[in-house]
Amino acid sequence: MEVFILALTVFLLAAFIGFEVITKVPPTLHTPLMSGANAISGISIVGAIIAAGAQQTTLAAALGVAALILATVNVVGGFLVTHRMLSMFRSRKR
Amino acid sequence: MPEGVVNGAYLVAATLFILGLRGLATVRGARRGNVLSSLGMLVAIVVTLLDHKIIGFELVAVGLGVGAALGAVLALRVHMTAMPQLVAAFNGFGGGASALVAGSAIASGTVMTAATELQTAAAGAISGLVGALTFAGSAVAWGKLQEVLRWQPGNSSVQHGINAVLAAGTLALFALVIVDVSLQWPFWALVAAAAILGLRLTLPIGGADMPVVIALLNSASGLAAAATGFVLSNNVLIIGGALVGASGFILTTLMSRAMNRSVLSVLFGTLGPSEGGPGDEIYEGRIKRTSPEETALLLRDARSVMIVPGYGMAVAQAQHAVRDLTAELERRGVDVKYAIHPVAGRMPGHMNVLLAEADVPYEQLFDLEQLVGTFAQTDVALVIGANDVVNPLAREDPTSPIYGMPILDVDKARTVVVIKRSLSPGFAGIPNTLFAAPNTAMLFGDGEDVMRDLIGELKATG
Repeated sequence: MEVFILALTVFLLAAFIGFEVITKVPPTLHTPLMSGANAISGISIVGAIIAAGAQQTTLAAALGVAALILATVNVVGGFLVTHRMLSMFRSRKR
Repeated sequence: MPEGVVNGAYLVAATLFILGLRGLATVRGARRGNVLSSLGMLVAIVVTLLDHKIIGFELVAVGLGVGAALGAVLALRVHMTAMPQLVAAFNGFGGGASALVAGSAIASGTVMTAATELQTAAAGAISGLVGALTFAGSAVAWGKLQEVLRWQPGNSSVQHGINAVLAAGTLALFALVIVDVSLQWPFWALVAAAAILGLRLTLPIGGADMPVVIALLNSASGLAAAATGFVLSNNVLIIGGALVGASGFILTTLMSRAMNRSVLSVLFGTLGPSEGGPGDEIYEGRIKRTSPEETALLLRDARSVMIVPGYGMAVAQAQHAVRDLTAELERRGVDVKYAIHPVAGRMPGHMNVLLAEADVPYEQLFDLEQLVGTFAQTDVALVIGANDVVNPLAREDPTSPIYGMPILDVDKARTVVVIKRSLSPGFAGIPNTLFAAPNTAMLFGDGEDVMRDLIGELKATG
């Protein structure tokens, strides 16, 4: 129970930080925000690496590899496409 | 590697995520922010690889290699108009990955046994439920945005009934997972039921509502990741997931407000195009046509011009021509701004990206809040491919389906020129009183052709 309450505390605090930080993002950047946040949600890649590499059972490893492919597409694709978009935003003074 | 070092590194990663998102507060800091976030991800990945839990690296290398190649190809080849589909697909991948990780933890049996604490089992069930729902819903959203999926079943009360039964069944399976997680089969049945529910909930939703749906799925993919973090007692998953969940939630609220729809009415609503008719009684005898010659003279004599783009402009690929017109006007000393409604594109901020791609400097892009009161000081408003978001009925007619929707007050400009192919209605299916207003003139034609004509006429006037 104690571990759970600690985890819940971390979750709630992070959600509040998220609200504070993200309300300051201007509408101009909402698409890069979404694709960038999307890449962050690929953090389950950490769990996928463990699942694929810990070699517990064949099924667990197979599920882990599938998860790892999906998560890696999400992470690599998400950050790259965000970078591509942000590179297009140009200032008048240049 | 000692546990403390691993957890310390995860804390560094989580901090970099927060700093990265904070960087998006300004256009200047945004690129650096994205680099910080990706560095955070790199730290998390590297430290996980060095962790003692990894015994075999072959499968890990395969997964990382295949995923990275696929992700890079998708990210580098996508057209900016197709960005909503790509984000929808990525949302689905994230949700799917979280569900599979939870499934793997349950299948391995070491993390989850009958003795596992209730909360951990519940977290696993949430991860499977939300992840599968996100995966299936995102697949539908992708199909609709890519226009490979045109099927849109009705949202009748019978369908609602079936969904209610399905939801009840899903909840029952959820309870079963918590009761004895070592059984395993209830988890996979839950995943299957959630996937079917995800399909059935998103299929009846029309293309116009997709900005809300993508934002909602974005939030869900974050929550799935956070739930997986609860299963693995891993803080970086919990923090990363919570941040994304918050971000998606905010964007969902903003989008549904901008569209005058509640999230519930998007998901369960029956509001399709309403029977507004072609609007003959509004348009009859009140429509003034104008020509590129006349419009060019109008623009030449203007001091301030507001360009109001809608998704129609992007469909016509007219943004580069619009930018050229802007350059020509600025050369003549005309002040040009762009007015961007939140739902001008197919996802939050989409229009801004499309204009940025066409080399329009971001200082020229203004959002709803920044534009309050500015139209009254605008000489000419050029509406290109926008419709519902400039309809004064949203302000004036309480019986209108779009009443209350925040609109751009284009009608307050001294002169309005609407560039459009015909008088056909927008997504809301209702006539637009702006087109019949005394200070409005219609310039019928293809967006890009009209832009080129205008530039030619302007140059001809010297």
